[in-house]
Amino acid sequence: MTDRRPAVQELTVISGKGGTGKTSIAASLAVLAERPVIVDCDVDAADLHLVLSPQVKERHEFKSGHEAVIRGKDCIGCGLCVTHCRFDAVKMVEKTPGEATFYVDPVACEGCGVCVRFCPVQAIDFPERLCGEWMVSETRCGPMVHAKLGVAAENSGKLVSTVRREARRIAEEQHRSLVIIDGPPGIGCPVIASVTGASQVLVVTEPTVSGEHDLERVLSLARHFSIPATVCVNKWDINPAMAERIEGAASRAGAHVAGRIRYDRAVTSAQLQELAVVETAGPAAADIRHIWHQLKLQE
Amino acid sequence: MTIAVASGKGGTGKTTVAVNLARVLDQPVQLFDCDVEEPNVHLFLKGTQQGEDVVSIPVPVVDEKLCDACGECSRFCEYHALVSFGTKPLFFPEMCHGCGGCTKVCPRKAISEQGHRIGLVETMQAGDITLVTGRLDVGVAMAPPLIRAVKARRQGGLTAILDAPPGTSCPVIATLRDTDAVVLVTEPTPFGLNDLKLAVDMVRELRIPFGVVVNRVGVGDERVHAFCREQSIPILLEIPDDRRIAEAYSRGELVVEALPEYRSQFMQLWKSITTGLVEKTEVTHANL
Ligand code: SF4
Ligand code: SF4
Repeated sequence: MTDRRPAVQELTVISGKGGTGKTSIAASLAVLAERPVIVDCDVDAADLHLVLSPQVKERHEFKSGHEAVIRGKDCIGCGLCVTHCRFDAVKMVEKTPGEATFYVDPVACEGCGVCVRFCPVQAIDFPERLCGEWMVSETRCGPMVHAKLGVAAENSGKLVSTVRREARRIAEEQHRSLVIIDGPPGIGCPVIASVTGASQVLVVTEPTVSGEHDLERVLSLARHFSIPATVCVNKWDINPAMAERIEGAASRAGAHVAGRIRYDRAVTSAQLQELAVVETAGPAAADIRHIWHQLKLQE
Repeated sequence: MTIAVASGKGGTGKTTVAVNLARVLDQPVQLFDCDVEEPNVHLFLKGTQQGEDVVSIPVPVVDEKLCDACGECSRFCEYHALVSFGTKPLFFPEMCHGCGGCTKVCPRKAISEQGHRIGLVETMQAGDITLVTGRLDVGVAMAPPLIRAVKARRQGGLTAILDAPPGTSCPVIATLRDTDAVVLVTEPTPFGLNDLKLAVDMVRELRIPFGVVVNRVGVGDERVHAFCREQSIPILLEIPDDRRIAEAYSRGELVVEALPEYRSQFMQLWKSITTGLVEKTEVTHANL
């Protein structure tokens, strides 16, 4: 018998610039979707849990890479590690006047292992680095996979890939056809990890000079990875002329324009009540519903 | 003196605070846009472009004639940027951190290094403000080396204001390292509070003195203020939720120019930062 279930679709909500209302919209889409799996890929500054109040079912440590640790008692103070390290991570301290010893600043260490390899007396340990944790939870909209990256931890890209993989696994196992991903801001490594292979990206922008500028970069990223992009302008009435300009630029860049969301104080009051915007009444809620239908995700 | 303006999440008004603060100083100041993934500061300043430089990181080039496919480089590389299956190694530049390890470990000295472009550093002069902008190339994942290249333009003796990227991860740390004080910008909302707490943990771990600017006061509730009170974190400035500010921002105008009544507040902010109103780290590493 052939399996006729449609493949799992992944919708990633991104914004380029942060603070455009991306998370409020992602939470609303999670409420509107029939049976989604929800992922918070903004592992650096996760906020989706503040709206969806997840009940944590599983916790997993996230380890990634290594960090160099100099054993002070074995260090002979030759300073070779300082010359090898390209990241300025090895610092000198004076043990006694005239006698130097070295330590690695864990925040600056990129875990390349060069110092470990070249230390003439093998005084440098190289343990695995604990970078954070990821969780599988239950919410009123469906299962949610989310994470918390430790302060100054590296490799949020790998953590993003980990939570996405887990969400896809849950979707397949529970026959859920849509994964909704709240993506990180920017266009760097975590964003790349949250959009590669997605079925569609929804870009939430705002009608400001910064919104316009960042949209261009985010759309070129989507093009770079050949992912269909849809754009919506949030708080469009703050600057209607700019909203129009942004929509024009989006269409010319090959993106689909899904609609506009009005500036509405109900968005913040929904947040204060730990509700998604579409769970409250207000003009913005109606606008988000309209956009949801424009996305044409068959579930 | 070097001041960084940061926030746990984007869109809280970090750039607004950085640019307006630079504008009200009546002295030459260097302003650095370290949000290299989405540099926006230049949109708010009119001035003359002074030049741009390409920033590269050193990546390996394998001399196929010397390489005997021993695989030592790929075993060494922590980032899987060199991959060899009993073959001459394949190289994936977007994974490479430029650590130089492969070049050093190759027993046949088959690896040399060449520059791989990751972005640009641009300089612009706008009155007393020298703006240095980092711009990461699209598709490049490695922001910290570009941020380090931006910060390398600091001139001793000049006041430097850094607009940090949002969040608390590696690019933010690269920006905040070796600064004298950090201004954290937040909003009085649940998201704002959550992200402020993460940012506070970060600056405490880095042991940099800091204070808070609350933007859009009136839009949410009292929890951000209560948190700052409990933690004895000074609130350096409160900017009201004024639709005219949002509109000026949307057009790329400076608040202190479009709405001159805010000038004195930004001057006061500068005074608060420099006169030591900013929290000292000694008092507060309770949650380290
Ligand atoms: S592992 Fe690499 S980055 Fe870390 S201290 Fe050693 S040489 Fe520097
Ligand atoms: S320079 Fe370092 S990161 Fe780059 S390929 Fe060589 S070992 Fe890997």
